[in-house]
Amino acid sequence: MSWDDDGNELVIDGPAPFPVTRRDFLKLTSTGVLVLMSVDALAGQETARPPTGRQGYPTDFNAYLHIGADNKVTCFVGKVELGQGAMTSLPQLLAEDLDVALASVEIVCGDTDLCPWDMGTFGSLSIRAFGPVLRAAAAEARGVLLALAAERLQVPVESLSVKDGVIRAAGSAAKTVTYGQLTEGKRIERTLASKPAVKPVKAFTIVGTSAPRRDAIEKVTGKAKYAGDIAPAGALHARILRPPAHGAVLAGADTSAAEKMPGVTVIRDGDLIAVLHQHWDEADKALALVKASFTRKDPPVDNATIFDHLVKNAPPEQRVAAGGDPATYAGPPLQVFEQTYYDSYMAHAPMETHSAVAAVENGKVTVWAGTQTPFPVKNQIMQALRLPAEKVRVITPHVGGGFGGKSASRQAVEAARLATLAGKPVRVVFTRAEEFFYDTFRPAAVLKIRSGLDASGRIVTWEYWVYAAGERGAAHFYDIPHHRTLAYGTWSGAGVPGYHPFAVGPWRAPGASTNAFARESHIDVMAAKAGIDPVEFRLKNLTDARMIRTLKAAAAKFGWTPKAAPSGRGVGVACGIDAGTYDTLMVEVAVDKTTGAVRVKRVVCAQDQGVVVNPAGSLQQVEGCITMGLGYTFSEEIRFKGGEVLDRNFDTYAIPRFSQVPQIDTVFIDAPDVPAQGCGEPAIVPLGAAVANAIYDAVGARVFQLPMTPARVKAAMKG
Amino acid sequence: MRVVSFTLNGKATRLTVDETRMLLWVLRDDLGLTGTKFGCGQALCGACTVLVNNEAVQSCATPVGEVDGKQVVTIEGLASGDRLHPIQEAFVKHLGFQCGYCTPGMILGAYALLHKTPKPTRAQIIAHMDSHLCRCGAHGRIVQAVETAAAAKGGAR
Repeated sequence: MSWDDDGNELVIDGPAPFPVTRRDFLKLTSTGVLVLMSVDALAGQETARPPTGRQGYPTDFNAYLHIGADNKVTCFVGKVELGQGAMTSLPQLLAEDLDVALASVEIVCGDTDLCPWDMGTFGSLSIRAFGPVLRAAAAEARGVLLALAAERLQVPVESLSVKDGVIRAAGSAAKTVTYGQLTEGKRIERTLASKPAVKPVKAFTIVGTSAPRRDAIEKVTGKAKYAGDIAPAGALHARILRPPAHGAVLAGADTSAAEKMPGVTVIRDGDLIAVLHQHWDEADKALALVKASFTRKDPPVDNATIFDHLVKNAPPEQRVAAGGDPATYAGPPLQVFEQTYYDSYMAHAPMETHSAVAAVENGKVTVWAGTQTPFPVKNQIMQALRLPAEKVRVITPHVGGGFGGKSASRQAVEAARLATLAGKPVRVVFTRAEEFFYDTFRPAAVLKIRSGLDASGRIVTWEYWVYAAGERGAAHFYDIPHHRTLAYGTWSGAGVPGYHPFAVGPWRAPGASTNAFARESHIDVMAAKAGIDPVEFRLKNLTDARMIRTLKAAAAKFGWTPKAAPSGRGVGVACGIDAGTYDTLMVEVAVDKTTGAVRVKRVVCAQDQGVVVNPAGSLQQVEGCITMGLGYTFSEEIRFKGGEVLDRNFDTYAIPRFSQVPQIDTVFIDAPDVPAQGCGEPAIVPLGAAVANAIYDAVGARVFQLPMTPARVKAAMKG
Repeated sequence: MRVVSFTLNGKATRLTVDETRMLLWVLRDDLGLTGTKFGCGQALCGACTVLVNNEAVQSCATPVGEVDGKQVVTIEGLASGDRLHPIQEAFVKHLGFQCGYCTPGMILGAYALLHKTPKPTRAQIIAHMDSHLCRCGAHGRIVQAVETAAAAKGGAR
């Protein structure tokens, strides 16, 4: 499984996580009786190619909405609720263009039997890419309902107006009909040949308001259900035997001690060995009794040597952006700056570990999965179990954080396989160690930049080579006449076997924070050398009006006073563009010169995301980005040796805590002329760079590697 | 196996159980109270926090035998019917959550703080809550919610 290069689509191109290697498998019942089962349905799947899962959004608007006779509207979306607020903001879009009261709309998310196909919830695409689809469906449904009303009321359609799902004819108070009276709860069979336009921004009454979160009460009362909370009658927890390192192959296993534990069922199917028990903790105890040996095939890399490996084994270059000719520039002499930047492997570490529950009834597998990609997961399960589409349903309950890490959802396939093998519903809840081991890490990366500055402080040449982080956010947005951006490999590691010792994948704004760290640090390196204030330096080299606007808005909110770095104040700035959204972050830090520890005192974010659908929700996303970003900035770094992941829990893998969180002030740029853009990822992008620049401003030392641990800051200060 | 008796969300509860099993799994798997979450299994994240005699306890590392004779409150026991506890109300008001997975532990952690220190300073709130992890980055709002709950009449029962 991998992601395509633009980061927007999950492509399933590999074998299922556990290829079935035998036609028959052995099953041990709880009483230890050996049962031999024939599973022809599973035959031959190891060589079959799974479907790609690439489809389009349905064109029938009924796929997205249903209007009951009681005027209750149900909105169906393939997107899922990860905490980002999709279940609150998407109904706003539907209600706006359908002209119904927001309170009359219910939403169903991520159920493959009920909802229209969707590739997954990632890439900050729910509002900016799916939003227009949902709005168009609502607008068409409204148009059809108006046409039906005109016939019913015997008036011209032009005389009709709608408010809150009630259609009224002008000049006749008696002539009204509700949406519910027209649909009687049935599918709307008529369509419109000419699709109506969606509402203009100035007509919005629901979009642009802070609609209250729909998940609030259930989340504060503990009623919100996550995949691991689903417990069908008779369900057993599965704990699965895992290798000690990536690349390790099972050599042998003795499950006899586990089998003797009361209530335990052991399932063995090829390399898949699982112990099942009604209670998770007792299944876990039984797993500890399984004696297994593995043959290790560790790649000869660790977290110190990986950077050389990534450069030496780089896949062919891909041109991301180019203009002029930086290599043969022959104009007036330039001051040349050459620098290498580094990023480390990082984990998603959502608070909910990967979880799934599967139940088989009448040959149909239903899987409740904590996933960002229910439809691709359905395809994987169909593939793994050789089942047709109508025999697999994936339901996505609340998801306890994703950040890109739950695009890959092997636990759902494992639960489906085990439920089929066990003949009982099976729950799979990963331990924190499994969560780290099977995470699709943000890739370690190496970035080299060579740039040339003229005597007036204008950047004239820019050469940029990015290894392993990929192209997202790699292209600069400054006004540079001679430039070239080359990418070696993508953030997904796709197509380059062995490049990384384990899986890598999308981590909130994949690649973009890594690229911004290098680019925006390098901009400040030049500004400092030129003796120009970093904001002034950026303005001097920018012509992009949206970026200039965020830069000025941030400076005003922050109270930025121009001074060349290092000024000793500890202030820093960085800019970024991601998911169609523009950001400038300004930060103030305090550096402990003895320990190298850095504290961020405050952050200002100026963000232009176009139309803001839900201001309160957007604010939460920006704050979440900045808070989460403190982790990649200061402390998050996966330690590994060969195929062994050494960080297995939060004792050594440090994510941001209350005591680190600064004051965060956010300004949304008023941009009604720009359609709603991404919001879940962009603000995380410039944080590392802004902090690196602020550290330099504070102490005159620059850190070239993320995360900027106290040791690295101290080392930088020593020179 | 032995009999463990305790008060759970106000109700007398008697279980015949392996007393070395962790309270988290007894609550979730034996009693069906899934509001208490598994996050790390090593008392490192706070997602499994429950109240034992009004103190915040990490149930993933608390053998069920240890709550014998004590009062246990989980997130399911905090509201009175449909009436939210002031701490829950404050979390709703300030949107002190996103994915919601750490939220039950956060709310019960805040409850324990306010029970002991009804009017905490911001620094006390941060110090107390620092053992609770949140990946979505709701921290600032959670601190505000605890402050609001502390200011509200009857903020801590």
